[in-house]
Amino acid sequence: MMQTTAIPVHSNPEAEWALPNRGIVGMWCLISAEAAIFLIFVVAYLFYIGKSLSGPTPAQVLELPIFGTICLLSSSLTVHAAVSALRKGNGRRCSLALALTVLLGTIFLVTTALEWRHLIYDAGLTIKANLFGTTYYSLVGLHASHVIVGLILLLAALLFCLGGKVTEAHSERLEALSLYWHFVDGVWVVVFTVVYVLGR
Amino acid sequence: MATATSRLEAIDQTPPATEPPRQSVMHEWITTVDHKKIGIMYIVYALLFLVVAGFEAVLMRIQLLVPNNHFVSPQVFNRLFTMHGTTMVFFVGIPILFGFGNYLIPLMIGARDMAFPRLNAFSFWISAFGGVLLYLSYFAGSGLYGAGSAPDVGWFAYAPLTAKVFSPGHSTDYWTLGVLLSGVGTTGTAVNIVATTICMRCKGMTLTRMPLLVWLFLVVSCMVFVAVSPLTAAQVMLCIDRYLGGHFFDTQAGGSAVLWMHFFWIFGHPEVYILVLPAFAFINEIVPVFSRKAIFGYPAMVAASVGIGFVSLSVWAHHMFTVGMGPAGNTFFVFSTMVVSVPTGIKVFNWLATIWGGKVVYKVPMMFAAGFLFQFLIAGLTGIMLSAAPFDWQLSASYFVVAHFHYVLVGAILFSIFGAFYYWYPKMTGRMMSEKLGQWHFWLFLIGFHLTFDFMHVPGLLGMPRRIYTYEAGRGWEMWNMIVGIGALIQAIGMLIFVYNLINSYFRGEEAGPDPWDAWTLEWATSSPPPAYNFAVEPTVNSRRPLWDLKHPEDPDSSFE
Repeated sequence: MMQTTAIPVHSNPEAEWALPNRGIVGMWCLISAEAAIFLIFVVAYLFYIGKSLSGPTPAQVLELPIFGTICLLSSSLTVHAAVSALRKGNGRRCSLALALTVLLGTIFLVTTALEWRHLIYDAGLTIKANLFGTTYYSLVGLHASHVIVGLILLLAALLFCLGGKVTEAHSERLEALSLYWHFVDGVWVVVFTVVYVLGR
Repeated sequence: MATATSRLEAIDQTPPATEPPRQSVMHEWITTVDHKKIGIMYIVYALLFLVVAGFEAVLMRIQLLVPNNHFVSPQVFNRLFTMHGTTMVFFVGIPILFGFGNYLIPLMIGARDMAFPRLNAFSFWISAFGGVLLYLSYFAGSGLYGAGSAPDVGWFAYAPLTAKVFSPGHSTDYWTLGVLLSGVGTTGTAVNIVATTICMRCKGMTLTRMPLLVWLFLVVSCMVFVAVSPLTAAQVMLCIDRYLGGHFFDTQAGGSAVLWMHFFWIFGHPEVYILVLPAFAFINEIVPVFSRKAIFGYPAMVAASVGIGFVSLSVWAHHMFTVGMGPAGNTFFVFSTMVVSVPTGIKVFNWLATIWGGKVVYKVPMMFAAGFLFQFLIAGLTGIMLSAAPFDWQLSASYFVVAHFHYVLVGAILFSIFGAFYYWYPKMTGRMMSEKLGQWHFWLFLIGFHLTFDFMHVPGLLGMPRRIYTYEAGRGWEMWNMIVGIGALIQAIGMLIFVYNLINSYFRGEEAGPDPWDAWTLEWATSSPPPAYNFAVEPTVNSRRPLWDLKHPEDPDSSFE
């Protein structure tokens, strides 16, 4: 079946031919797909503001999560520090910055968990309660699930880093991961604005 | 190849294997990350579903052949049209097009594989699993305790029909999860295609030299990100409604059924373009080769494709004119829908200009391409009719609409897919498909298609709604439905010939050689079928038609760029 002859395609060395890193391009693609998913949930949230037929309402139960927000947003700075440390070949600084990022991300998750606990047990707001509950838990939960995925990936990177397996050659991979983390942080800015500022 | 092989041997430092690794064929295909094998698996899997969903269509046409028919029960009929639509869009259209894309893109840009081979395999298997899950509903739709049943909510599954109260059991969840998984696979492949196109091109393959097929798949993949993701989001919301007691589409708790319509069609309309742009892509390759001319207006073609990609994202609510969106909304969507026909028209004129003055060779791929051009024009014309809101108010959800979109899906997309099969089959298998059987296939399918879908417009104009199970005699619909049914049977015969031709040619077809059509793009520079590594040495290109340059060193394209 297989043919053994083919038209030869000659290769002649030429001027430099540089194309972008595929990991980073792939991550941008993933980010645009994820952004569209978030957009739909945000639209649903905005559309249903004030349309719940029963309480509790956002104004009654929501409080601004200032501390968690500060932690999450500063983790963008630390992950950036990790990437630039790795580019300079400084593995220890990179590990330190990654560990800080994981810590800050975890603190954010804990504040969200405490907030949900308060809402469910004290305020009686569940996903079934009303439209606000449905849209709130879906949107914030979707974001939190992305934080969890990001933390798992960052933790893996941290473990490799501590094991001394990460070198300058991996800096573009870590950069792709940091892009994802910046995206998760950026989404939080939108969610924060929509849920806690406009929606209240 | 001789020089290339010796060069490869010089590089290859692998010690000769003492014992050939023992792997079954099954193991090899299941574990493969080769873009060509994954592409073929996509195509075969889509063909299987094409036969299944085509069979469902035939059953529906038999039911509607005569008035007051009881060939199938009303419940079965509802399941048939739901499964037919869902299967054709998600498990035939997308996988068959992405199968060709997967196979061809790395070959056409001179790469050895996709950018992320393992993601590629993952995307395929997750999509395939989605299709299997959808059909599992026939056995497990009511859970373990009851007789199974397939989803029966229609392919766009409007709320509140999908609520737990109105759709008890699990059949709707099989639909939701099957489609969701297909969406995940589609997004994965789209990420792969964009990364491959941007990062893996061989030396000299600038964006302006890429084959138009690659350009169109790039546009399609970018559309997938913004169009398929909303459906994924909406399916997650539906799951939350059905399993966690959410109220997204629950009108009794203040939720909105219209919101589902918007979310579905934000996906649903660009989806039509996600299916039709790869069809354009095949025509872009077939028409120039069989007209023996370079494509006319390459930059205009690229611009028109990107234009279609953008405009198609803002036309979704023309599916919802009857909802009552108000004059401003209606006017916007009438206008944006009509605007889409401008870049599409540019493409049609460019194909005609490519054929004009060429030495046209009417081999089977070109016959299907000619059928495509003619039928796509008519499909576009009824599309412009339906884009006018008052006309749509009259005919929405009638058989006129069904006839219109089948004209696009069958008359344009399926015809170009058939063309692509006849054109690239030699590359994939090393053997030609039978020209004689191909002509039988073409003419039978053409006649069957026109009998079915030309005449399907008429009962629509006479007021026959879509999705009805049966109808009374004496409404003037009998003759038309009879003709439509007969046409469907003729198409089925054509389809059987096609499948026979595919299988028979694999074993008994004429040897193809690397370049049976005297074509110009890089995939024809490899042997047929290509080796696992595609190109022993990375090729360098200097123009849009690298093989023309090789075959005609005295008059290369590169001297005109």
